Amino acid sequence: MTFDVENRNDNLEAYRKLLLIRCFEETLEALFAEGKIPGFVHTYIGEEAIAVGVCSNLRTDDYITSTHRGHGHAIAKGIDLNGLMAEVFGKATGICKGRGGSMHVADFSKGILGANGIVAAGTVIAAGAGLSIRRRQTDQVVTCFFGDGGINKGTVHEAMNFCSVKKLPVVFVCENNQYAQFTSRERTTSVSDLSARGVAHGIPAVTVDGNNLIEVIGETGNAIDKARAGLGPTLVVAETYRFGGHYVGDPQAYRSPEEVGDRRLKDPIPMYEAYLESQGLVDSGYFEKEKEAVQELVAAAVSYAETSEYPNPESATDYVFADSMQDHQ
Amino acid sequence: MRSISFGQATVEATASAMRGDEAVIVTGEDIGWGGNFGQFKGLLEEFGPERVVDMPISEALILGSAVGAAVTGLRPVASLSFVEFTMGAMDEIINQAAKFRYMFGGQVSVPMVIRASDGVLRSSGAQHSESFEAFFSHMPGLKVVAPSNPADAKGLLRSAIDDDDPVIYLENKKITFRRGPVAEEDYWTPLGKASVARTGGDISLITYSVMTQHALEAAKILSEEHEIDAEVIDLRSLVPLDMATVLDSVAKTRRVVVCHEAWTFGGFGAEISSQINECLFGELDAPVLRVGAKSSPIPFSPPLERAVVPEVSEVVQAALKTLSRHPG
Repeated sequence: MTFDVENRNDNLEAYRKLLLIRCFEETLEALFAEGKIPGFVHTYIGEEAIAVGVCSNLRTDDYITSTHRGHGHAIAKGIDLNGLMAEVFGKATGICKGRGGSMHVADFSKGILGANGIVAAGTVIAAGAGLSIRRRQTDQVVTCFFGDGGINKGTVHEAMNFCSVKKLPVVFVCENNQYAQFTSRERTTSVSDLSARGVAHGIPAVTVDGNNLIEVIGETGNAIDKARAGLGPTLVVAETYRFGGHYVGDPQAYRSPEEVGDRRLKDPIPMYEAYLESQGLVDSGYFEKEKEAVQELVAAAVSYAETSEYPNPESATDYVFADSMQDHQ
Repeated sequence: MRSISFGQATVEATASAMRGDEAVIVTGEDIGWGGNFGQFKGLLEEFGPERVVDMPISEALILGSAVGAAVTGLRPVASLSFVEFTMGAMDEIINQAAKFRYMFGGQVSVPMVIRASDGVLRSSGAQHSESFEAFFSHMPGLKVVAPSNPADAKGLLRSAIDDDDPVIYLENKKITFRRGPVAEEDYWTPLGKASVARTGGDISLITYSVMTQHALEAAKILSEEHEIDAEVIDLRSLVPLDMATVLDSVAKTRRVVVCHEAWTFGGFGAEISSQINECLFGELDAPVLRVGAKSSPIPFSPPLERAVVPEVSEVVQAALKTLSRHPG
């Protein structure tokens, strides 16, 4: 396992990642409200401990597939913050040169096989990455993130069945944030215990408190170790809650402010702060200092994005094909 | 030169690519035993189940996993038996395979081939008889090839496997068992290069896939019965499209019929016709005509099937109609 619970640096690095995701997303909310971000933005606020917990156990050469709510996964896996911010702004310096935007951030050099605008599309792509790992005989692992909305897609079942049959090194992480876009899980899903969906395919399944970073790290660490050892896939259901709407600006008529208020009491960041204090891993004032440091990093990313140029319109059709065959058409 | 079938020619191209590059794998439905048309025969025996992977009947998985494998170092050739089965994996083809390279700013290529049998064959019915090249060609990011004979089948497949972009490789059922001369050595037929299947000066028949065979028969009838000398252009690849060869031919003959087995309405022929009009409007002696299927699902009953799908006689009739408009 990459993350050592006893190791102070590992813990502090994970804490910084939690803060970085939170600060990045809150900054985007403000920028979106100011009209500075084109398109839509789906934030990961409240779910940070899942991405950070999973990716704490992954190596740079391991793969993840992500979702439309993908900034947190990308940051946790090590995407360049400036490139990420510039991409969300649609700038030429963006990690995808402005072609992707918020829903399509990726960094293949870090094993991030893309955030994806199609729900649960990453699961079958992850299965293929698993097949590729098997063929290339490496000990890499692929983790695919999807949600409680995604778990009702056929692709999840096709991928789980195949990975189970072939014992591929794929870990399925279902982030149950209780809402499929604007519709609650109870209204759309046949089982309340989502781990049953793994059992159906002969895949061991565990349910974790997705807001408890240490618990996520422990359970996903076991699943990832197993996959790396050639023992096949696991489904991890991480119970969590989406603090924000489906997208920034969502009026959220489908749920009450009281419900959101109650769930915000279980914020993963103060929970982990309490843990760090209880373990004596931090001095007084550490959290405030870290928050300031992270704000500076995000502010620098915003500044980088704002001062970057938009892509040249003449380059609009670059990157469609690997060769310059557009000339033929 | 020896004569082998279209299906055997594709086995040769695949096996040779697999011998040359460990990254090439073949996945799909029922490929281990050789495939419906023998197009995978012998591959499992030579390369084993790690490289010739029989998949569940999960179309989204087959093509989604091909995308995942392609962006992590492999060159998958994924087969879906009949082209209608791609409908169960359109997200993976259109939203994933075709867009990954562009959407992620050129960080990755998606070197994969999607093989599927298309076209009408002996009352296969509405869901096993169709031709979908028009909408694959419509989508930016996909290359589309549709060979008409065993020699091109081998050379185009080898180029498709070696290509760094997703290629839809359409193999028409009617011609898959047909034999023809095929060189034993490896060769690559470039994507985006049409061939002049027959040289002529009176009219251009622009076509691809099985209709190339029909157009050649029509040209023979036109020559023997009407003293009309037709040129037949086999596009071979629709994306990239070799319009230069088409325009050269049309500039010479000034009359055109575009032929395909797929539906005429909104078909690939409309694109060809439109580009000809844009480039050579003043030089045409007659409007561009199209021959294709009537707008109906492909029927089961043999006389109904024949009524919907274009035959050689329709190509002949269209050519004669075009020639009757000769101003002189």
